[in-house]
Amino acid sequence: MSTVIEPTRPAAMPLRFSTPIGGVAGTSFKPEHLPDILEAGPRRGFFEVHAENYMGDGGPPHRALEAIRRDHPLSLHGVCMSIGGPRPLDKAHLARFRGLVARYQPALVSEHLAWSTHETSFYNDLLPLPYTEATLACVCDHIDQMQEAIRRPLLLENPSTYVAFRDSSMRETEFIRAVAERTGCGLLLDVNNVFVSSTNQGYSALDYLADFPLSRVGEIHLAGHAEQADDEGDLLLIDSHDGPVADAVWKLYQIVIRRRGAVPTLIEWDSKIPAWPVLQAEALAAQAILDRHQSAAPEGERHAA
Amino acid sequence: MRPEAGLCFAASFAPALLDPARGTPEVVTGPHGKGASRRYDVYRNNVTVSLIDALAAVYPAVQRITGAEFFRAMARFHVRSNPPTSPLLFEYGHSFPQFIEAYEHAQTMPWLADVARIERAWLDGYHARDAAPLSAASLSSIAPERLAEIVLTPHPAMRIVRSPFAALTIFAANRDEAPSARIDASIAEDALITRPDFEVAVRHLPPGGAVFACCLASGQPLGEAAGAALEAAADFDIATNIAGLIAAGAFTSHALGDAR
Ligand SMILES: [Fe+2]
Repeated sequence: MSTVIEPTRPAAMPLRFSTPIGGVAGTSFKPEHLPDILEAGPRRGFFEVHAENYMGDGGPPHRALEAIRRDHPLSLHGVCMSIGGPRPLDKAHLARFRGLVARYQPALVSEHLAWSTHETSFYNDLLPLPYTEATLACVCDHIDQMQEAIRRPLLLENPSTYVAFRDSSMRETEFIRAVAERTGCGLLLDVNNVFVSSTNQGYSALDYLADFPLSRVGEIHLAGHAEQADDEGDLLLIDSHDGPVADAVWKLYQIVIRRRGAVPTLIEWDSKIPAWPVLQAEALAAQAILDRHQSAAPEGERHAA
Repeated sequence: MRPEAGLCFAASFAPALLDPARGTPEVVTGPHGKGASRRYDVYRNNVTVSLIDALAAVYPAVQRITGAEFFRAMARFHVRSNPPTSPLLFEYGHSFPQFIEAYEHAQTMPWLADVARIERAWLDGYHARDAAPLSAASLSSIAPERLAEIVLTPHPAMRIVRSPFAALTIFAANRDEAPSARIDASIAEDALITRPDFEVAVRHLPPGGAVFACCLASGQPLGEAAGAALEAAADFDIATNIAGLIAAGAFTSHALGDAR
């Protein structure tokens, strides 16, 4: 008689919170904040991590993530799956992602409408794609594969973009709505990305939000951006995640929450990382807005038009 | 069937990302007929700067030695000629030490590549699979006359870097905030990297120690490994060396060669 021996894998961490986690504000988790976070003890909120940073076999990163995850809901945010690229998904990467979901039992799981790998090169950026029937079919196929692998719905994030493709035949909101309808995925609405892209692409952020399928939004991102200039000397916004959320983005956020009701909201801050209290204060500002709309039933997208 | 038509955008978009000699891809544009050069440059910049930053994160001592400007210029060449092939950035830069060795402007620092090798091994150890190290006590159950036959399993985080220069002393001096004494770079050093628990440790190996540890790590029995070490260094002391390796957490288990 033969026995199949499964490779030993770390046991899944038990849930200590109810899912869905509701209208709470969270922050990016940065290892340098770990001592402050642990010292303060369990708090309302959640932490989001970039999945790839925890794809090593072992060592301190996993110990830190276990410590965070023991007392707080976790959001697992994939950055490098290259869902928007024409290449087949990287099977090894998909397996690693599935392993992290199984081990840490995150409350939220998300990825980007973008690509980062082509041929053998990994470009470490969220690169744009044209919105066409062909790319729509490809993106849907990739999301189907991911959702099959992780056995749960994925939240797909709208991108920040700096260029447009000549052969795009759909608006971004149209494209995203079609992806969500075909694959059943949820959406991560990055309000800063809406502001950045609308400025860069010359359309109205309010029109974008009016056209966005808000009822499918399961998480919101807020972040800071930087300013540059385009070829014509006009303002070009850069999705830099290196500072506080801009006033204009807070205003859009309030409009979204008024329409959608309270949903988990993340303050993304990935470079020039401030002291923990500064980051926490941004999350508290989002929490105050969420708390004003906790009981309000979402109006749904029918009012959004 | 995958639709292939209309999916060549990445092939058009990607090549200029790391090649400044190429113009803005034809497939992209600004809104309302605007230009796309500075817009596309945002992607070029994101890619190049983030990958240079990734190398700086793997090689902080090298950057401290060369200064940021020198490091970033050197890293830019490497990023352009050897972009990462894995989305795991902590795996990036395994070929950077070799690149440094051949880099024209680093020839006055012949030990720099070995400092980089120690830093790369440090990060490999940091992310290696967790495993309980072998305790000294577990060897005491073995009859002394059979000790020469034992075979040791290396810990997943264990690495050895051998250098004809004082690469370990230079590495340590540049990972530490404290100012260091003058270093004689011409003294050969062997480094042992381990992570028995959750802290990476880097130690000097005594003469013969690296040969001994490498033989053991490759699965040779203790007796044979000691023989090779003695050939490399006549004053090699087996008891001190095996105790040192075990105390450092270099192994996870032992077995008697015959018993298997
Ligand atoms: Fe985001």
